[in-house]
Amino acid sequence: MVAFIIKRLLQSGLILLGVSFITFALLYLFPADPVRQIAGRSATPETVANIRAQLGLDQPFIVQYARYLGNLVQGDLGRSYLQKTEVSTLIAARLPASLLLMLGAIVCELVLGITMGVVAALRRGTATDNTLMMASFIGVSAPQFVVGLLMLYVFAVQLHWFPIGGYGTFAHMVLPSITLGILGSGWYSRMMRSSMIDVLRQDFIRTARAKGLSRMRVLLRHALPNAVLPIIAMIGIDVGIFMGGIVVVESVFGWPGIGQLAWQAIQRVDIPIIMGVTLVSACAIVIGNLVADIASLFADPRIKVR
Amino acid sequence: MKKLLTTSALVAALGLPQMVAADAHSNLDPNAKSGGNITVTYKDDVATLDPAIGYDWQNWSMIKSLYDGLMDYEPGTTELRPGLAESYDISEDGKVFTFKLREGVKFHNGRVMTADDVKYSLDRVTDPATQSPGAGFFGSIEGYNAVSSGTATGLSGVKVLDEQTVEITLSRPDATFLHVMGLNFASVVAKEAVEAAGADFGKTAMGTGAFKLADWTIGQKLVFEKNQDYWREGLPYLDSVTFEVGQEPIVALLRLQNGEVDVPGDGIPPAKFQEVMGDPEQAARVIEGGQLHTGYITLNVKMAPFDNVDVRKAVNMAINKERITQVINGRAVPATQPLPPSMPGYTEGYEGYSYDPEAAKALLAEAGFPDGFETELFVMNTDPNPRIAQAIQQDLSKIGVKATIQSLAQASVIAAGGEADQAPMIWSGGMAWIADFPDASNFYGPILGCDGAVPGGWNWSWYCNADTDAMAVKADSMTDPAMVDERLKMWSDIYMAVMEDAPWVPVFNEQRYTMRSERMGGDDKLYVDPVSIPVNYDYVYVNDVQ
Repeated sequence: MVAFIIKRLLQSGLILLGVSFITFALLYLFPADPVRQIAGRSATPETVANIRAQLGLDQPFIVQYARYLGNLVQGDLGRSYLQKTEVSTLIAARLPASLLLMLGAIVCELVLGITMGVVAALRRGTATDNTLMMASFIGVSAPQFVVGLLMLYVFAVQLHWFPIGGYGTFAHMVLPSITLGILGSGWYSRMMRSSMIDVLRQDFIRTARAKGLSRMRVLLRHALPNAVLPIIAMIGIDVGIFMGGIVVVESVFGWPGIGQLAWQAIQRVDIPIIMGVTLVSACAIVIGNLVADIASLFADPRIKVR
Repeated sequence: MKKLLTTSALVAALGLPQMVAADAHSNLDPNAKSGGNITVTYKDDVATLDPAIGYDWQNWSMIKSLYDGLMDYEPGTTELRPGLAESYDISEDGKVFTFKLREGVKFHNGRVMTADDVKYSLDRVTDPATQSPGAGFFGSIEGYNAVSSGTATGLSGVKVLDEQTVEITLSRPDATFLHVMGLNFASVVAKEAVEAAGADFGKTAMGTGAFKLADWTIGQKLVFEKNQDYWREGLPYLDSVTFEVGQEPIVALLRLQNGEVDVPGDGIPPAKFQEVMGDPEQAARVIEGGQLHTGYITLNVKMAPFDNVDVRKAVNMAINKERITQVINGRAVPATQPLPPSMPGYTEGYEGYSYDPEAAKALLAEAGFPDGFETELFVMNTDPNPRIAQAIQQDLSKIGVKATIQSLAQASVIAAGGEADQAPMIWSGGMAWIADFPDASNFYGPILGCDGAVPGGWNWSWYCNADTDAMAVKADSMTDPAMVDERLKMWSDIYMAVMEDAPWVPVFNEQRYTMRSERMGGDDKLYVDPVSIPVNYDYVYVNDVQ
């Protein structure tokens, strides 16, 4: 078990190194010059050259990358080109909000997805099943920007149940969590439904019913824990999908997370911020997957550690 | 007295050895009420409040309220007035400016501002280590080149004569110098605060302005608090201003309608414009104003076939500017020339190249392209620019020109424009020129002059005309008061000569539309201030306090 975790951690380190190299290379090749974003339109060629030298951007790619990596291992993500602030400060100020939003979204998609999936599986082939699966299909397909605005308009502007965007209280969290979670809940309900149908067909369920257990007890004690396994493994992958979704959702709801930070940095070619956010996101995905693997290990003794 | 300092009268003042004093209590509104807080929203986070660095839509007016410079503008206008300078004196040759500072002006930390602070601030903004995007504006100060190249650490042309007096010597007469001293980049900062904060100075603020920075939660909000000791007595009216960042313009509008927001900083989103204007109650709170902006298409004179002036003229005649303004809901007026109509030096009565596809086609045939040609149109990829590009594309197709649209991120378009052989045509939308200060010269040098036609420059048409360049130098050396009209005439001639060569298709001058909440008061022009964009926070007030 410990060996497994250590092995996975080492693999994760390699993945992060790869991510940092690819991102850095892409930013290097990107046909936009960060120095000109800093220097502005009234700068003389001399000023531009001066800034380029100060930032070390006149160095060959491999030197720049080695220098970045050198600072990175010391925990230094550098300073933003335009804001001049330390990237770690900027990310630290915004990461809690993003993690909170993700947590809300995970809770939301699990509750919605599992409930819908179980109900659909039990009512298989009925109108309820069809309606739920149709709803999940819409959830998967609907653009988050539209869902977010629709939610805001109906529940905040018209009904006044929730604040119109912002951050701070539990009420602020509800709409963005649902918006971000709807996508996953659509998938989960479909996965849960098929997984549940599979499990309900198994012999041990029939045995459980045969020995006189109540339907509810069979469902909760025997069927659900087995059916939910594939879902747990999915949560890790979800973190990656959330990283894409939060850019849109945070923007619609004015949620002060790292998605907004990344979006603005990309527009302004603020390379240290783009690198920082990418690495933090990659870390989150790697950790998410690791936790999901470990969780499955505990949840399902049948999984063997190789 | 203050009326004396209009833009033209100001140029008239240049060259005459004289003292100009100003009244510190000008422009108080008798109806104004003191107190209250307003909430302003922006989509993008505030990158920095360092006046040497900030060059964004949202932080420009924030910095104006936190800091002061030697010169300032009458609220809501483009008329210069003295700021931290109580008066100034200009030598006969127009090269030596002596500024007398106001006495007893205090920084937010309580320390009295002196001439040393002025020198420190100018040295700092021009120091290459500061990496200021505005350093180039100070190029006419003596010693600038030495500082910029790193051979000197301070501007030799800026001298402290005594605690209240600063003398600035220019290396060449510069008719725009007082405007430069009114830029945010010329703001006076407190040395001790800069040194204490180091590289993080941009996340703090220490000026002499009407407001001080009370709180900044990164990524969420900034709170400005009234400076009780502000040297302009009676100002500001508001107790505080809260800026909430990270809010989509459409959400900001919903919140405004709900009474939670007072000014949506990014304006009315295009998708909601018709709806707002269709509702009389909301339309009444919309304020329209001109801005010193021109949207244009650059035609790269170094790339065939745009190296042929007839082809450029034909393209000018092919573009239906009226229809393009409709694409943005009529939020602009069609342009005829590089300068916007509200800029001194604008050529009245000039009609430009009128829309005439038939004549355009004929001219194109004459130039040797009876069947048109294929080209590329670069455009920034955010709405409404791709839609505008499509309108341009359709207009071009009517004269047989087949333009492929390259819709890219802003930085990529700027990069392509800075190469001589990359972008045959660029639609400037989203990156277009908005004047830094209200003077005709500001639309020439970097975007139409030879200085800008270099790799990495902003002259994307790569137009370089030695004659107009020489005229520009001559015009900006005209500091003689008798030559004000002649100077403006010369600028008018320069732009007319440019139009003859047609390196641009001037398309439209954007109008600004701002909205305010019902409780907000103050002259409409404060909400479309040409300098304190979008709102002059020092002078607006709310009606529901007492």
